[in-house]
Amino acid sequence: MAQSRKSLTVFLPLAVFLVLAWFLYKGLYLDPREVPSPLIDKPAPDFRLESLSTPGRIVDRKEMLGKVWLLNTWASWCVACREEHPVLVEFSRTASIPIVGLNYKDTRVDGMRWLAQFGNPYVDSAFDQAGRVGIDYGVYAVPETFLIDKQGVIRFKQIGPVTPELLQNTLVPLIQRLNG
Amino acid sequence: MTLRAPGTHRRAIGQRSFWQWRYRHAAAALLLGVALAGASALEAPEVGDNPAAERHMLQLAAELRCLQCQNQTLADSNAPLAVDLRQEIRELIAKGQTDQQIKEYLGARYGDFVFYRPPVQGNTLLLWFGPALLLVGGLLALYITLRRRLARLEAEGVTAELSDADARRAQNLLDEENGESSLS
Repeated sequence: MAQSRKSLTVFLPLAVFLVLAWFLYKGLYLDPREVPSPLIDKPAPDFRLESLSTPGRIVDRKEMLGKVWLLNTWASWCVACREEHPVLVEFSRTASIPIVGLNYKDTRVDGMRWLAQFGNPYVDSAFDQAGRVGIDYGVYAVPETFLIDKQGVIRFKQIGPVTPELLQNTLVPLIQRLNG
Repeated sequence: MTLRAPGTHRRAIGQRSFWQWRYRHAAAALLLGVALAGASALEAPEVGDNPAAERHMLQLAAELRCLQCQNQTLADSNAPLAVDLRQEIRELIAKGQTDQQIKEYLGARYGDFVFYRPPVQGNTLLLWFGPALLLVGGLLALYITLRRRLARLEAEGVTAELSDADARRAQNLLDEENGESSLS
């Protein structure tokens, strides 16, 4: 009896080590850049902004009610957006849902030139020059993409570029479910 | 650049190249200074006009994380988002919002990750009380180990008391040492 208790104690440091090692190992695969958004399953914040292409025309979030849509934050100064853009352009050709751009802290001239150069996948881009709407959406790393349902609730958020894999494996099935 | 051989030809050459080196570097430092002054002049406007509110804002911002350059506070960071959020906090303070309201405002947008002092809740219990748990566990393990050792030694008949023979030997050693130290 005493012997078996002693042999158990011998393994105690090993057990402690294994627990610590497990935490550290899990930590290796956590990306501190992927902060879970508190906005998931919450109503998308309202915004009324001028259109990037047409000063005076208003892009209003409320007009999107009743549709499943993507809100994609982009800027001409954003390097990762260049990587993402062809994916969005391709998606917009086949997609059944509208993509609205949120042109974040940019200038009209640069933004329009960028769209002319790389193609325009957006039904319209809201011009958020001061970045105020970006703050309401908790944007901190452009590009960020929000999937918003018919009731205007954010159902998914992608931080960083949208990839073909993400579209195929996550977004398209989710869109079909929300539309279904 | 040898300055150690006085009055020799070598020294003259060494000194000349030393001064050339000095001038060149002074010019480079001057240029760098001018460039830096220009850069800081660009950032200068970002200061509120009310010193008390500004202090209040910085105090609050020092407890909030900048998500664009993590591991810096909103007060420390010069990332564009941090500049914007400092402005946002400034305006919220001017509107008369309490610290709690401002924190809730940012938490609702960026999540608990913005708080350097996260709220105590289910998923932060380990974070808050883990270290204390480890400490208590360690102390407990130490206590149990010492108790067991004591029990074992007692069982073997070893006591903390000195035998008379040992006490005499120790006294002799101490006397010897004292004798030596008084000599020196």
